[in-house]
Amino acid sequence: MHDKPAVSTAPAVVHGPPTTFISKHVFSLDHKVIGKQYYALALAAVLTGMVLSWLMRIHLGWNDLAIPGLQALSPNGAPSGVMTPEMYLRIMTMHATFMVFFVLTTAPFAAFGNFFLPIQVGAEDMPFPHFNMMSFWTTFVAFCVLVTAFFTTDGPPLSGWTAYAPLSAIGKDTGPGQGTGQIIWAAAIGIFCIGQLLGALNFISTVLDMRCKGMTLKRLPVTAWAWFITSCMGLTAFAVLMPATILLILDHVAGTSFFIPSGLVINDQLVPHSGGSTLLWQHLFWFFGHPEVYIAIVPGMGIITHVLITNMRRPMVSMKAILYSMWALAFLSYMVYGHHMFVSGMNPFSSLVFSFPTLMITIPSTVLVLIWIGSLYGSRIRINAASLFALGFISMFVTGGVSGFFLAQPSIDIMLHATYFVVGHFHMVMGVAAIFGIFSGTYFWFPKMTGRMMNETLGKAHFWLTFVGTYCTFMPFHYLGWAANVRRYSAFTDDYLKPLIPLHQFITIAALFTGAVQLTFLYNLVHSLFRGAPAPANPWEGTSLEWTMPSPPPWNNFGGKDPVVYHDADQYGVKTASGADYIMQDSPEPSPTGC
Amino acid sequence: MARLLAVTIIVIAIVSAIPVIMHTWEAPADISTHGQMIDDQMADTMIEAGISFLAAQILLALFIWKSPSNKPGPEGKFKVFPGGAKGLIIASIVLVGVEVLALGAFGSKAWARVYFTPPAADSMPIQAQAGQFAFYFRYPGKDGKFGPIHPELISEATQNLFGLDPEHDVESRDDIVAAELAIPVNKEIHLLMHAKDVSHSFYVPALRIHQDFVPGLDLSVHFTATKIGKYEIVCSQLCGLGHYNMRAYLEVMSPEDFDDWQKKQAAAQ
Repeated sequence: MHDKPAVSTAPAVVHGPPTTFISKHVFSLDHKVIGKQYYALALAAVLTGMVLSWLMRIHLGWNDLAIPGLQALSPNGAPSGVMTPEMYLRIMTMHATFMVFFVLTTAPFAAFGNFFLPIQVGAEDMPFPHFNMMSFWTTFVAFCVLVTAFFTTDGPPLSGWTAYAPLSAIGKDTGPGQGTGQIIWAAAIGIFCIGQLLGALNFISTVLDMRCKGMTLKRLPVTAWAWFITSCMGLTAFAVLMPATILLILDHVAGTSFFIPSGLVINDQLVPHSGGSTLLWQHLFWFFGHPEVYIAIVPGMGIITHVLITNMRRPMVSMKAILYSMWALAFLSYMVYGHHMFVSGMNPFSSLVFSFPTLMITIPSTVLVLIWIGSLYGSRIRINAASLFALGFISMFVTGGVSGFFLAQPSIDIMLHATYFVVGHFHMVMGVAAIFGIFSGTYFWFPKMTGRMMNETLGKAHFWLTFVGTYCTFMPFHYLGWAANVRRYSAFTDDYLKPLIPLHQFITIAALFTGAVQLTFLYNLVHSLFRGAPAPANPWEGTSLEWTMPSPPPWNNFGGKDPVVYHDADQYGVKTASGADYIMQDSPEPSPTGC
Repeated sequence: MARLLAVTIIVIAIVSAIPVIMHTWEAPADISTHGQMIDDQMADTMIEAGISFLAAQILLALFIWKSPSNKPGPEGKFKVFPGGAKGLIIASIVLVGVEVLALGAFGSKAWARVYFTPPAADSMPIQAQAGQFAFYFRYPGKDGKFGPIHPELISEATQNLFGLDPEHDVESRDDIVAAELAIPVNKEIHLLMHAKDVSHSFYVPALRIHQDFVPGLDLSVHFTATKIGKYEIVCSQLCGLGHYNMRAYLEVMSPEDFDDWQKKQAAAQ
């Protein structure tokens, strides 16, 4: 990290204004339009994923219940409306794939990052706008490819979002959807990786090369740092997953045996493969898979920190501690992936080697939590929908984080591996916490993105109902895990699992309730988009560069001017000549703190 | 509204902790010689994670509760956390870092007990085979040796579940194949694991044993059951549409009953 003031070395004009409807709204080079496109894609994916989760939860609560309309949608998957085990697994696979890849990766990172990163560093756009456009449209193609799995004769795969080989590699004989469906899944994820790699390269170049005059690395807002760190993780993680998906496809179509060992027998027939390694897939997948957790959550950490300092009207106790902790999480995320494989058959000594960095990751996580909480001490926080979701994020992150104490230990993993405890843990920390970050960012930045304010009353109601609803949904998952409830079961027929069914029914009711509550958000989003009150340039009295321009910003962000930055983005709680309690980054007014 | 949030966080934290404190939902009771170490480790972790969870949530709620009444000092500044960032970072490292690393160190002993100790010389070898969607178990018979598996001979149609060739392999002739895992109580079992098709898992919650079957890898676990009874063996590794229904039973018997069982099985082969 150097402190030398940076001057943009990129051409002053990255691209011209859009001249046609297509170049403005469809194949746009404008990072802001691309950000909105990513957001819309994430919204479509989250709605699809949520409906799929409802179907799963109804089936788990009431196994024999006929779901109206399901038979019409899938005559084979739900004869008489009752879901078959294979349909349950297909839905589960698609739910997780939509959520992990197309929601948790795209919304906090690609959507908000695209819209705000160039603005926050003082650039007119990203350095490679064509790559940026390709990034979105590649991701969109990946989404479409994935959706086609629903419409093939084979149907979607049932091997879960982790697609463990050799179930995912052998082909149709291992189960419905494991032929064409699995190939489509692997192709979609491979294409998705290309989109994210293009995006990550652009993000990194934007931060390193496109900062305006005075925007030193130390003056970057925390969100810009979060997206930069996430990009670095994405660059290495997706670069590993993409070739892995290619190898998986080759095992299907080219007769290779990367993930298939010899001597396997399916339907009394010897599988014509030999020499592959089952664990190779797991190593490649989790080398991506664990950093992916942080790809989902680190942008949220940046967003809620940004939202909190704006609403507390004071900087964090230590922004440096927050930044170093996020870097530590990113670094350690590559050293801990083996904790997903404690009982996988890898060398048991490796389990201990992976266990200690996993336990150590608790330290930067705790630093982050204590800095957030410690910064609240003595603060008078402005309560609005954005800050409520930011505070909710901390609570969720704590809850999801402490369950990591258990899963980091191989000896305890003997009991909890592949149980609902794991489901509760990652839904809390990577799902709900990350989505709270997305909600916080949406309520905070919607005025800037659209030029209209969202309804705060509805936003607050959305928070309260979601906060309680998500706890009711995901906290009991931990109890199920302690009771050794195995995950990925479409029904609970084992004697020791039957007493747990009432708890599953409670979770289902809570999940349906929480899902229904999201309609308030959707209504607020759509209604505000057309009918919301016009947004001022700086509704929250923020300091970073996005608040220096009209809402929404013009196509070239700064109206053709080169912004100059004089301060970091933490100049809150200061006395200024105008009487305001903050100094914007581009204000030449001297800061009392000298930053 | 800040205070309502503080109260909500406290209520959620306490309500969440009640089922844990009351042991409302728990794993089946341990029946193994090594399980107590795992249970102790789980209990220690539960205490430390529980304290961390409650402390963090209460602290968060407390500062949110106080937020509306915080006023700036004479110079317009709000109070900063005593000790500042340094105190918070030291607290993170001392209170949590040392705590979890200590947990890891002690937990390693329980892991080592299961995975780093070789099976006793007189342990009983049993082979487990997992395939979509059933477990089968093979006992070596009187000769104490397993006949080799010939994958090309595996056939459910002919019930040659392990692909044995007794015509050519002498060791196979007295092998006993069963759909349940019958074992004598207080006798160490050395379970040799073989995957027929895709990955599966051997999970016996009551036995505190959990190990994947990995195609292409010969893995093994060893354990001693201490309580006579019938317990469920479940598959925890997603293996296909019948995954939820893939199970077998572990029958822990007295040595006499086990001998009778073996004789009956041998006669029926």
